[in-house]
Amino acid sequence: MQSLSNRSKQVTDKSMTFSERIYLPAILKGMTVTIKHFFMKKVTIKYPEIKKMFSKTYRGLHVLKKDEQGRERCTACGLCALSCPAEAITMTAEERKPDEKHLYREEKYASVYEINMLRCIYCGLCEEACPKQAIYLTNEEITPADFDRGNFIYGKDKLVEKVHGPNGKVRGGGPLNQDYYHGNAQINSAYQNLELSK
Amino acid sequence: MELAEILVKFTLIALIFSVSLLIAMYSTYAERKFASFFQDRIGPDRAGPWGMFQPLADGGKLFFKEEIIPTQANTFLFILGPSLAMLTACMTSAVIPWGTFITVFDTKVSLQVADINIGILYVFGVVSMGVYGMMIGGWASNNKFALLGAIRAASQNISYEIAMGLSIIAVVMLTGSLSLSDMAVWQGNHLWMVVCQPLGFLIFLICAFAETNRAPFDLPECETELVGGYHTEYSSMKLGFFLFAEYINMFISSAIIATLYFGGYTFPFMNDFGMSQNMISILGIVFLFAKIFFFIFLFMWVRWTIPRFRYDQLMKLGWQVLIPLAIINIIFTGIVIMFVG
Repeated sequence: MQSLSNRSKQVTDKSMTFSERIYLPAILKGMTVTIKHFFMKKVTIKYPEIKKMFSKTYRGLHVLKKDEQGRERCTACGLCALSCPAEAITMTAEERKPDEKHLYREEKYASVYEINMLRCIYCGLCEEACPKQAIYLTNEEITPADFDRGNFIYGKDKLVEKVHGPNGKVRGGGPLNQDYYHGNAQINSAYQNLELSK
Repeated sequence: MELAEILVKFTLIALIFSVSLLIAMYSTYAERKFASFFQDRIGPDRAGPWGMFQPLADGGKLFFKEEIIPTQANTFLFILGPSLAMLTACMTSAVIPWGTFITVFDTKVSLQVADINIGILYVFGVVSMGVYGMMIGGWASNNKFALLGAIRAASQNISYEIAMGLSIIAVVMLTGSLSLSDMAVWQGNHLWMVVCQPLGFLIFLICAFAETNRAPFDLPECETELVGGYHTEYSSMKLGFFLFAEYINMFISSAIIATLYFGGYTFPFMNDFGMSQNMISILGIVFLFAKIFFFIFLFMWVRWTIPRFRYDQLMKLGWQVLIPLAIINIIFTGIVIMFVG
């Protein structure tokens, strides 16, 4: 049979030689390997001070996006809740009042939008299902710990994208017409630095 | 014995005691640090600069943890176990020569607590008592895992003590004395024993690993099979005593290895530069501790390199390999002494 990986080895059952049987050369060999690691560069990232860069495809906490004019994109169609395999998403739809046009883009919006973060498996199917590009898993905050299960049901207060900051930077994602994975360039340069420092 | 001498001895004992406790304390820190270095990590670094106060934090934690004595345990023996382990670990340091002597106010102060003429036998006696701590502790816990660990510890220590003793006989044949300070002096005058007795050194080193229950011979407390081994049921400072005793044992066996095979406090050219006696003594202490620290490092280095033995392999190595080798070593040494003189 043709070898696929070129890594297969012929197995023999020959008896061990004397130097193999006293094990000492093998032990010394092992000890040179470990002492090399002793002086190697350490891979530890000191977490709270230094945070590891997330990959481009990292799926973090959910963000309910706003459009360029700061209106919520979600129209409470319920496709995300339907697509969710963990059944973590619930919402209540409501009709937009005439004086709320600057708050919600569509005529129907979600007055209550809740995700149970203990149920969520971060699969990103909600993101794929959304027809309005309203939900993305781009908040690169590690889900904070809590003593109360109830606090893990995230409402709109935690999910909706914060208002644009002074230089267009926002928590949990930038404007959609840009690269929606916020800080993408930042991540890449950080990884390059990491590679260089090795 | 006059009062001054008693006072000096007490000071020396207190000093050695605190030094060995301090070294054992920082061995736990070094172990964690080195372990992480060997695994490309950085280890504890939160308590103080570079985690220097980690041992204090660990000790404090052990002190304040809940003390649990199982209802079915034999309370007296349960407490006796760790105490005995700690006591025997500390007792061995009495006969180790830490240096020659220092002259203070025209009085010679020997840097050895007790220069008894059967020094190495005393070490053996105390070390073999050390296993009682584990055995009593393991048996008194009334727990299967603890009992199994204790039995393993006992049979392992007994098996390896034989080979250890036999390997030392060759050393004794060469030096003609059982006193540890005589051995150090002999090596200062001749050669380091590791050159004369390479095989004996190897046997002794392997047995020292087994006697201190260190990897690759840490079967009495192997987590994968026996939960915690003989100290499964222990908590709080009693557990701390068991763990601490292990590190003191490691320090003491490093000191014994350094004294028996690496010249103890002697160092090359120690009498060639015309240094004062005090200077030589202090340098001797520094050299002895350098040797000791190297062996402590070796203990850790080996622990994080080699996996644990299987129990039958352990017994086979002890009885079928090391003991015959040690006997051959004795015979060979005897022949050489007879013909070379």
